[in-house]
Amino acid sequence: MNNVSVSVRDLSLSFGAVTVLDTLNLDIKNGEFLVLLGSSGCGKSTLLNCIAGLLDVTGGQIFIKDKNVTWEEPKDRGIGMVFQSYALYPQMTVERNLSFGLRVAKLPQAEIDKRVARAAEILQIQPLLKRKPSELSGGQRQRVAIGRALVRDVDVFLFDEPLSNLDAKLRSELRVEIKRLHQSLENTMIYVTHDQIEALTLADRIAVMKSGVIQQLADPMTIYNFPENLFVAGFIGSPSMNFFRGEIKDKGGRKVVEVNGVDFGMEAYPARGSLEAGRKVVLGVRPEHVKVDESVSGMEVHDAVVDIEEPMGADNLLWLKHAGQTMSVRIAGSRRYAPGTALKLSFDMAMASVFDAVTENRI
Amino acid sequence: MDDTVTLKGQAAHAAARRLAPGPQGKKPRPMFSPRNIMIYGALIFAAAYYLLPLYVMVVTSLKGMPEIRLGNIFSPPLEITFEPWVKAWSSACTGLNCDGLSRGFWNSVRITIPSTIVSIAIASINGYALANWRFKGADLFFTILIVGAFIPYQVMIYPIVIVLREMGLYGSLTGLIIVHTIFGMPILTLLFRNYFTSLPEELFKAARVDGAGFWTIYFKIMLPMSLPIFVVAMILQVTGIWNDFLFGVVFTRPEYYPMTVQLNNIVNSVQGVKEYNVNMAATILTGAVPLIVYFVSGRLFVRGIAAGAVKG
Repeated sequence: MNNVSVSVRDLSLSFGAVTVLDTLNLDIKNGEFLVLLGSSGCGKSTLLNCIAGLLDVTGGQIFIKDKNVTWEEPKDRGIGMVFQSYALYPQMTVERNLSFGLRVAKLPQAEIDKRVARAAEILQIQPLLKRKPSELSGGQRQRVAIGRALVRDVDVFLFDEPLSNLDAKLRSELRVEIKRLHQSLENTMIYVTHDQIEALTLADRIAVMKSGVIQQLADPMTIYNFPENLFVAGFIGSPSMNFFRGEIKDKGGRKVVEVNGVDFGMEAYPARGSLEAGRKVVLGVRPEHVKVDESVSGMEVHDAVVDIEEPMGADNLLWLKHAGQTMSVRIAGSRRYAPGTALKLSFDMAMASVFDAVTENRI
Repeated sequence: MDDTVTLKGQAAHAAARRLAPGPQGKKPRPMFSPRNIMIYGALIFAAAYYLLPLYVMVVTSLKGMPEIRLGNIFSPPLEITFEPWVKAWSSACTGLNCDGLSRGFWNSVRITIPSTIVSIAIASINGYALANWRFKGADLFFTILIVGAFIPYQVMIYPIVIVLREMGLYGSLTGLIIVHTIFGMPILTLLFRNYFTSLPEELFKAARVDGAGFWTIYFKIMLPMSLPIFVVAMILQVTGIWNDFLFGVVFTRPEYYPMTVQLNNIVNSVQGVKEYNVNMAATILTGAVPLIVYFVSGRLFVRGIAAGAVKG
């Protein structure tokens, strides 16, 4: 247990008759960057607020550094928190914003000055210390908000969608900064977001949540390539995974997924169990796991016709009708195909995912 | 400086050369268009409608009684006299006392200031607790408080008289101050609760993570952001309590009567001649305080809102 920083056990939370979290379990390792990912209303922010102590749990326990903090006040949990709306105190200067918590805790002035100076240096906000929050840009404000967590000298950082209020350019800049901060501080960080790019780029592990339940907890590449169920598969990836509803059939000793009369051979697919014939399934293939006009041995080759072309610079996205479905294929930006062009699709079945049509779990 | 001016001038010249002949720039609008006549006509009429009685009061209060008896209430005073104002303030008779409104003025001050401060202090803490610390039964508490606002005052007068009597406070200024404080509670609590609810909740959460408790958050975070709503509450309370007549006459003794009650006694005294000029002066004096409060803090109020609009 020594390696565990934050541990959530059988956590439940309900508001009246509405259950938001139901016996949720989660262990976060020391120094780990964990991202809670999900669409709005999935309970990810609620979980974070429970860990912070801003919401009273209905049942279960929360441990931080092996200490049961289920009923502790937020300030006694050893956490720092960064909010989406920055939540800087508008009437105080940046310096006083940073030092507010320390002054409340009645730390000696010399210690306060030292910690504020250090945080300001790490985040490069020294020139802003005398300014009011209203005189700062969005990116500067969020930096100050991170600084406020930094001066608390805590083990665990909690981020509640910290970049959602920033424009796209600033968001990617600060994303890199947060990653750098994590690399240099090596603190435990729990980060809530609905943005899958942030999740994939920042996380050591991602917990994908839906209606209060963790759907999958794994490192980003596993989540991306081997989604545990249909929801995770559809939630991660842009454009999203191509789904084909079909049925497993045995054709002359060869296992295939038949979709509207088109057969996808399953020889290369790393199935967990047996693919018994007659089972209704959903076959998922990511747009970049389909090659166009490149014959690689062992791949499933089908004929298709281009419907729409979307050049995106680095990539080129082709939309086509195949096996009665609309699907997308991602190819290099330099390769262009006019609508109506006939081409050959090669499906990399080793990277495909097959889900049971009823349970929606990976087979 | 000169350089920029010439640069601008050149740019303007260049622009003028590019433009085709014909209409350009701001569209001229005639001053006496039908639209303007309608708007200003209506505004001037409405203003005159409300200002005329005030004009009559001011004019009458500056006339001597012989002039008033001539009957031209709209005519300006031929001989301006401040005698009625002095009399209204210091020597008009209410029953046996003949020391004018001054005593009532000081009574009203002694009632209004503590009532306003105490009611705003309590109501702001109520509103803060209801908005941010959702304690058990908060909704029920709030509902009861709001229902209280809908019960007519008159229903509660006699029970309050009994309660004050039992507490030994009936007829005292303290008793009246308590009554004003309690009756201000529902509307002020609602006002503060709604204001604090409108402040971003994350600020409150951030302060809690920073380790601030109930009072630290109230004084260090909430109060500095709430100047506008405190000014609104102050205007409401000062005007309401100063203008109150019913509670003043019911819950106090004659030596503690507020200004409004004393004004009524001066105006309605039946002995001797009706001194219209003194009555008018007394009425203006009584109404002056809420007006001054409004004009002074109304400006502060607007400034407060403007300062709050720049989001932090």
